[in-house]
Amino acid sequence: MVERTPILNFVTHLVLFIGFVLAVAPFAIVAIAASHNLKDVNDVPMSLLPGSDFWLNIKTAWTTADLGPKLLNSFIMATGVAAGKVIISALTAFSIVYFRYPGRTFIFWLIFITLMLPLEVRIVPTYAVVANVLSPYQTILDVTGLSWLIEKISGVRIALSFGLLNSYTGLILPLIATATGTFLYRQFFLTVPDELTEAARMDGAGALRFFIDILLPLSRTNMAALGTIMFLWAWNQYLWPLLITTDQSHATAVTELKQLIPNIGGIPEWNIAMAGTLIVMLPPLIVVVAMQRWFVRGLIATEK
Amino acid sequence: MASITIRDVKKSYGKSPVVHGVDLDIVSGEFVVILGPSGCGKSTLLRMIAGLEEISGGEIAIDGTVVNRLEPRERGCAMVFQNYALYPHMSVAQNIGYSLKVAGVPKAERTQRIQAVARILELEPMLDRKPAALSGGQRQRVAMGRAMIREPKVFLFDEPLSNLDAKLRVQMRSEIRKLHRRLNATSVFVTHDQVEAMTLADRLVVMNGGRVEQVGTPGEIYKRPASRFVATFVGAPAMNILEGIVELDGLSLLGGSRRLPIPRVGLPVGAKVAMGIRPEAVRLVAPGSQGALNATVDLVEELGAGRVIYVDLDGAAFSVVTSETVHPAPGATVGLKISPDDMHFFSSETGARLDVFKASVPVPAH
Repeated sequence: MVERTPILNFVTHLVLFIGFVLAVAPFAIVAIAASHNLKDVNDVPMSLLPGSDFWLNIKTAWTTADLGPKLLNSFIMATGVAAGKVIISALTAFSIVYFRYPGRTFIFWLIFITLMLPLEVRIVPTYAVVANVLSPYQTILDVTGLSWLIEKISGVRIALSFGLLNSYTGLILPLIATATGTFLYRQFFLTVPDELTEAARMDGAGALRFFIDILLPLSRTNMAALGTIMFLWAWNQYLWPLLITTDQSHATAVTELKQLIPNIGGIPEWNIAMAGTLIVMLPPLIVVVAMQRWFVRGLIATEK
Repeated sequence: MASITIRDVKKSYGKSPVVHGVDLDIVSGEFVVILGPSGCGKSTLLRMIAGLEEISGGEIAIDGTVVNRLEPRERGCAMVFQNYALYPHMSVAQNIGYSLKVAGVPKAERTQRIQAVARILELEPMLDRKPAALSGGQRQRVAMGRAMIREPKVFLFDEPLSNLDAKLRVQMRSEIRKLHRRLNATSVFVTHDQVEAMTLADRLVVMNGGRVEQVGTPGEIYKRPASRFVATFVGAPAMNILEGIVELDGLSLLGGSRRLPIPRVGLPVGAKVAMGIRPEAVRLVAPGSQGALNATVDLVEELGAGRVIYVDLDGAAFSVVTSETVHPAPGATVGLKISPDDMHFFSSETGARLDVFKASVPVPAH
């Protein structure tokens, strides 16, 4: 149905405009605040005209919070999570959709359940596991009495230890293990016509060949969408990096922003904090803009 | 080129059987069409030959080798799918050459073979295009090219023309026929379209409800249908059927209003029999002519080349195909003349053809 009423046109545009202002206003205020000097930024109300100290503030924020290496850390983590997620999700969905094996439904539900257990809910056990990846096995050995037995017999005390604290692996791996991507792929794979699978079988392609030659190229837009979402999600992670990076060299940009926020009783350098925020916001913004075309296509429709 | 032997092949999904023991021998180089209504198991049978469906019972052999446990690629079959099933992200050339790529054929040879196939199918100008940029007929040709390039022992077609418009369908039909004459590869073609089946087949297999009803040349199937199902399924408009009961001195039709003086060989009095007449075999004559049945015209369908006239014969619906210039108006009375040679008889119970009956005398006009 196409409405041709000027009043309705006006109203819909007004609604759109209000939405736009609501979405953009915080960013505008951040950018304006980042351009003021210390005095202007603390004026009440703050002037909404940009000041002249923008580059100076940016530079100060960059050096104070040591953002260079932190941004690199963030970038490595976000890219790692996005890539890992794209690969793992594609593989698991491929297995769930295209293979009939015993326990398939069980595994499917197992993955499904992780949707209900986000990282924040299971953060303590996850931390324990990352602190010592082998601790579950140690527990098994202890509980079953095997370690006691081995100690009695050989005199060797078993203490398995393999920690991932303060490492990129530790930052990335626990964030990869969630189900969202698997479901996105599963939905997409279910829309791929069976005849395509059969045609590939007739052409002599085995499972892996079919996956690489047919399915992956077809799901390019899905990968782009999932990659983008996961990059943003990982980039914005706060709790997990804060928890497992005790060493400054592995801290991420988002957690380091905290350094720029003025302490109670300290100098209220909100202009610097806002400048830092702008810098940290920039990489995800670039990723979204670059991937936008693919991203939207991947979410709304499948390529015909 | 290969022969296909199908021995008591069965298929069931879970507990529900779909194909109940099919026996079929396909000679090398033959073009066999499997015809049947949807859900009769014809596609399932084809897919079992292809290796896309597991065989629940029986045996399928290609060139003497039992292929029950072989993967599709090891059977030497190529298949053309109903929806073409082209890889949307590959160009026409890549689509056609994909099986060779999988088989590890070197690039130079691959290109050469793709060119050769494209030349036969007149696809050369569009080798670099994606399937989305092709018309239905072109996509169909690409699908055929994909099957041809492997030089398979057996071609399998799963209703490949049903997505095309009427004109293209006729054109592709003759192209498939020409192609078969040229390659002379054993072909199995599944369709629910009887015109397609009649025109393409060396031999026709009519299936219904998971069973083979009849195997024969299109002519045999049309002239001597082995069962009531085949009789009514093949031919358009469908064969007219009149229910009758065996009596002491012949066959009583239409609830006793007409009778055929035929011997009731072997059949007890009271046995139910169906008499069939093709609409093309009925002649329209002036009402009240010698040996004609009077009927009332219900509806006239103009076909251009002829007409289908639907009449009411003592309460039974009856159709007549006529090319004559007579144009009876609905409601008019016409005479129908039926030659005894054109009558088919089927058991009402089993549907099987009965050859014992031979109507020797024209239907008396009451």
